[in-house]
Amino acid sequence: MTGGLPGAAPDERPHPDGRRNSQGVRIDPEVEAEPEPRRAVLSATVKHEPGVLAAVSGLFSRRQFNIESLTVGPTEDENRARITLVIEEPDPGVEQAKKQLEKLIPVISVTELEPTASQRELALIKVDGEAPDQVQSVAEMYGGEAVDASQETVTVEITGSRQKINAAVDTFRRFDIREVVRTGTAALERGAEQTQ
Amino acid sequence: MSEQVPPTTQTEAEAAASDEAAEDTPEGVTTGASSVVRALENTGAEYLFGVQGGAIMPVYDALYHSDLNHVTMAHEQGAAHAADAFGIVSGDPGVCLATSGPGATNLVTGIADASMDSDPMIALTGQVPTDFVGNDAFQETDTTGVTDPITKTNYFAGDEDTVGDVVGEAFAVASEGRQGPTLVDLPKDVTQAETDVEPGEAETPDTYNPPEEADDDAVEAAADAIAAAEKPVILAGGGVIKGEATDELRAFAREYEIPVITTMPGIGAFPEDDDLSLEVAGMHGTGYANMAITHCDVLVGIGTRFDDRLTGGVDSFAPEADVVHVDIDPAEISKNVHADYPLIGDAGRVIDQLDDELDRRPDPSDRYAEWREQVGAWKDEYPMDYATPDDEPLKPQFVVEVLDEATDDDTVVTTGVGQHQMWAFQFWTYTEPRTWVSSHGLGTMGYGLPAAIGARLAADDDQSVVCFEGDGSFLMTIQELSVAVRENMDITVAVLNNEYVGMVRQWQDGFFEGRRMASEYSWCPDFAKLAEAFGARGFTVADYDGVEDAVAAAVEYDGPSVIDFHIDPEENVFPMVPSGGKNGKFALKADHLDQL
Ligand SMILES: Cc1ncc(C[n+]2csc(CCOP(=O)(O)OP(=O)(O)O)c2C)c(N)n1
Repeated sequence: MTGGLPGAAPDERPHPDGRRNSQGVRIDPEVEAEPEPRRAVLSATVKHEPGVLAAVSGLFSRRQFNIESLTVGPTEDENRARITLVIEEPDPGVEQAKKQLEKLIPVISVTELEPTASQRELALIKVDGEAPDQVQSVAEMYGGEAVDASQETVTVEITGSRQKINAAVDTFRRFDIREVVRTGTAALERGAEQTQ
Repeated sequence: MSEQVPPTTQTEAEAAASDEAAEDTPEGVTTGASSVVRALENTGAEYLFGVQGGAIMPVYDALYHSDLNHVTMAHEQGAAHAADAFGIVSGDPGVCLATSGPGATNLVTGIADASMDSDPMIALTGQVPTDFVGNDAFQETDTTGVTDPITKTNYFAGDEDTVGDVVGEAFAVASEGRQGPTLVDLPKDVTQAETDVEPGEAETPDTYNPPEEADDDAVEAAADAIAAAEKPVILAGGGVIKGEATDELRAFAREYEIPVITTMPGIGAFPEDDDLSLEVAGMHGTGYANMAITHCDVLVGIGTRFDDRLTGGVDSFAPEADVVHVDIDPAEISKNVHADYPLIGDAGRVIDQLDDELDRRPDPSDRYAEWREQVGAWKDEYPMDYATPDDEPLKPQFVVEVLDEATDDDTVVTTGVGQHQMWAFQFWTYTEPRTWVSSHGLGTMGYGLPAAIGARLAADDDQSVVCFEGDGSFLMTIQELSVAVRENMDITVAVLNNEYVGMVRQWQDGFFEGRRMASEYSWCPDFAKLAEAFGARGFTVADYDGVEDAVAAAVEYDGPSVIDFHIDPEENVFPMVPSGGKNGKFALKADHLDQL
């Protein structure tokens, strides 16, 4: 390469000792301070119009947010829908996800729910039907019920926290699970507090 | 510079016919399409850049009776870039139009470009009739789907009674808050349908409330940090210009005598001939700007998104500095670089708030004196320079300087993307906002010429427009020369012709051991002849002696002219911070790259 400019070579220049981590946060140069991911539940009220869900899911995939679940449904107000998003991100990522979500024009509000919020998920678990009684009693243990039974299969419905459903699915493995479908988390703040 | 001839695509006979037709044209809105046109008229839009086609024909038909000036472009990409540049230079959203399918997809690069640079722009696309949508009909594309990630917001207009309001809203959203492109997709049945509903005022939806003033406590804390600093710098981004905050920025920097660096989109926010100016930082920024960023203790970033071409590796960006970040978009705060003092609000308002707060404290500028001296020493140590021996091939830097000399301070410069773009900002002295029009975030080759067309129409008649192009960039959208000729636009195109896609060649030499795969462009056409073929003036210059005369003749010529400068094909852009590198470790010459 030809050309060039006058001035001191790179190593002859003074260099500061400071450092930032990959999130751009200034840190002690000796420590490796990389933020740990955490699970955050975001609740967004949006205008009830076509294309909003696509815009939200597109935003999350485009920006590479780590989504665990995304649910959407109508609310008490027919003009509004609520989207509940569960993401796994370090703190700066959670903040960024909230702000990017808020930027979408059809999004009315976004809040991060407290870990104590009511969080529920529904699962349909279809298992081998050889021992319907045993299936029934396991379902009861998890407060669930059989919603369909055939010669070969029983389908059980379970509602509850994500952990409970994980546990139920694990337990049902002994009956040879054929199919599982889960809705992802729906959540609301506890008590009289309104989920914005 | 002589007056611009107002663009018109009509012949006199057509104009007479349209006058006649106008007499029996009803005053009010009659169709969805006329509502679209009325909405545009209401916003004060002057120019539309577009290309015709089936699905958008009802809108064009409604334009037949409108006073809006439609500029027919050679390619929809040109229409989008022209609208983008119009928005940058005028401050008001530029408007582009295209038909469905290929028309809409051809706009995509230009929309993405405007999106990355937060330029105000609105795109109107035709769409197949609603009943055909989703059936892969002829020239159907899911335009809102395709453009969702690259627009601030977009709309599928499904109702002739509200389509005008939707266009008004799109216009308002494009220009308010953090600016950006919006799009309205217009199904043909909707634009053809009868309606007499007049569009209302252009308003943003009630869910959209960009912040005005920063939180008082946050301002106080930031002012404390600035007042306590010893080595502060201001980093002015494109948001300063977009937010019309250049006066506030200039007054603030001068009052406290804080050195000012700009980002590339921020060029023109602060005059580069001011003692406090360190010009541009980043990959090809000045050595002194990058030294100052690396050693400052407080960095006041205003209207910048801390792009990686600016920061280099984020771990070594301003590693000793507390960051004050002023931005109207909360999502920019701590996105790339953590903000110790986030100030969310309108740039001009927040600078005033900071100023008021600092006024209540003892003047800190004396304490910065030593720092200013240090910064001055770096300016002497790393001057922007180049060698011009007579026997060498022509240096591109010299060409840039001669054009700068030959034109006024308020000249608008547009560029393609590559080495020439870098020389065009390094060796031209920018002093005014809205005079630098370039593709930063997307880095779109072919941007320069169509941008010059949009800039020409937005600029004052006595402002010059100069477009720097590389041979590769120029060829990408050269067809727009036909538009410049048709509209007799006074534009000077300077091709810095190195018979390479030079920036690629520079990276191959620097980082791929000189394997010049696919970077030779020795099959370049004769640009001067090509210009003449289009009906423009053409010049060819291959040595130092010819530069000044050709520049004088081209600038003097009232219409588009192209000067093909055959420059040193091996010239490279320095300083350079390699991608992801440390700003303080810029290379000043090729062998420095090996040391990094
Ligand atoms: C549309 C597009 N394609 C590819 C690139 C990658 N690219 C960046 S610079 C460059 C070379 C530009 O060559 P030229 O326009 O001749 O300018 P020079 O660098 O020689 O001044 C290329 C290919 C780009 N920026 N844009």
